[in-house]
Amino acid sequence: MTSELGNAPRIKEQASEWLARRMLGPWGETDQAALDAWLAQSLAHEIAFLRMEAGWSRTERLTVLRGSGKPLPRPASNPRPARFRVAAALAVVAVAGVYGAYVLSGSQSQTYATAVGGHKIITLSDGSRIELNTDTAIRTTFRASRRDVALLKGEAYFQVEHDAARPFVVSAAGHRVTDLGTKFLIRQNGNRLQVSLIEGKAELESVGEGVQQHSVELTPGDVAVASAEALNVFRKPEKELHDELGWRRGVIVFSHTTLAAAAAEFNRYNSTKIVIADAQIGNRVIGATLAVHDVEAFADVAHEIFGLNIQKHGNEILISR
Amino acid sequence: MSERPDINSGSTDARLAGVAVSAPDVKQWFVREVLPLEAALMQYLQHNWRNRSDIADIQQEVYLRVFRAAQESGLPERPKQFVFATARNLLINRVRDESVVPIEAVADLDALEAAAEAPGPDRVTLARDELRHLQAALDRLPPQCRQVVVLARIEGLSRREIAERMGLAEPTVANHLAHGIRLLVDMVLGETPARRVTP
Repeated sequence: MTSELGNAPRIKEQASEWLARRMLGPWGETDQAALDAWLAQSLAHEIAFLRMEAGWSRTERLTVLRGSGKPLPRPASNPRPARFRVAAALAVVAVAGVYGAYVLSGSQSQTYATAVGGHKIITLSDGSRIELNTDTAIRTTFRASRRDVALLKGEAYFQVEHDAARPFVVSAAGHRVTDLGTKFLIRQNGNRLQVSLIEGKAELESVGEGVQQHSVELTPGDVAVASAEALNVFRKPEKELHDELGWRRGVIVFSHTTLAAAAAEFNRYNSTKIVIADAQIGNRVIGATLAVHDVEAFADVAHEIFGLNIQKHGNEILISR
Repeated sequence: MSERPDINSGSTDARLAGVAVSAPDVKQWFVREVLPLEAALMQYLQHNWRNRSDIADIQQEVYLRVFRAAQESGLPERPKQFVFATARNLLINRVRDESVVPIEAVADLDALEAAAEAPGPDRVTLARDELRHLQAALDRLPPQCRQVVVLARIEGLSRREIAERMGLAEPTVANHLAHGIRLLVDMVLGETPARRVTP
């Protein structure tokens, strides 16, 4: 009747182990290949993993509890203050035209990527951590004298273990950010590049061809906007930067955001796309914190608050009057 | 025995005829339509099958059959009926196969029809209810397991950081997290939040 009888509990266990391993990292290409091989072994494996991933993604909303002041359990044996605090923050938005091909040679390169809706935490060999947001790809190349990371697309948050003898350099869209002891966020959106410095110091340089040459040192509280033509620095309140990092906790924070902009932001994370029927509806302003994958909660807000119509057609949610 | 679950005989419209379905589509469909039925399915299986130790296997087998059928013959138009018909046929076949199973084990099979007709859980749940539900589920985890889940899922710490902070070996951290994932997923999929909203 079946080939898998009696195995179900064990298969469930294995599925959860893979998920835990992937989540805790480090997770490289060999790990992914091993997981793929396990999945290919039987349909039961594939379904068990699919179920585990889907169920686990529903716990994402828990991440809103992060930093909520709700006391976290403390280890009885080894009490130490929490090491992660959101500190004074600084954001840099840089815009750039061309992503100059960055040729790296002579050392191990590794590529990490997330699909639409993905979120991955990578711990590198030097202890630095990179968190990838939805639809993101990076390539790391580590050498004895230098650590290079290319942001190929998307958005990533960096927590760098500073090493003056071995600079950590992130390049994207014709710009280069050199860590001077830093936590920062970089987002590439078409030919726009946004760098948010959360803690420490970093140097932003324009290096791409056809990009006007700039260089600026960023200190906490600053925000820089650069384009192929210009580089502007301004400041963003800590609260706004914290909200920008909402995806790390699995949420998107909207405050005084138009429905159209909110829908566009949501669509970055989901294959089910929200379509706003007309511009007038799109101009309405909302404030909400929603789980990145909870497209239906978004529709719910539009329905309950604005009394708008929600229609679902396949992979589209149409919001209309 | 080798027969495939007899799909809701009587309703010829149970499936879209001759539709080729790509693997990602079946997966998406499965997550969207079938997994939300898990609470009802488990309830049904527990109600109708005496031997608890078989339930996980039966559940797996139902999922396998539903998934395969969707791959081979297109997405069922009425997922709920299809899933429950599959479960019923599976139980009946098992009773036939295993003469050792006492007849009481399937005494309630007729109740299935009613269960299959009952309204399914609505997929739109208010955020605060779901969060409360999740917190309650989290609080039911064993203490160490709960703490690893909190540090990994909510605080986003790495394996090494969690190991350091809790004074555990790194493989132990992974084991606790896997266990926590398993229990939470069972709770999340197996229980329906009380409050429902229909758009």
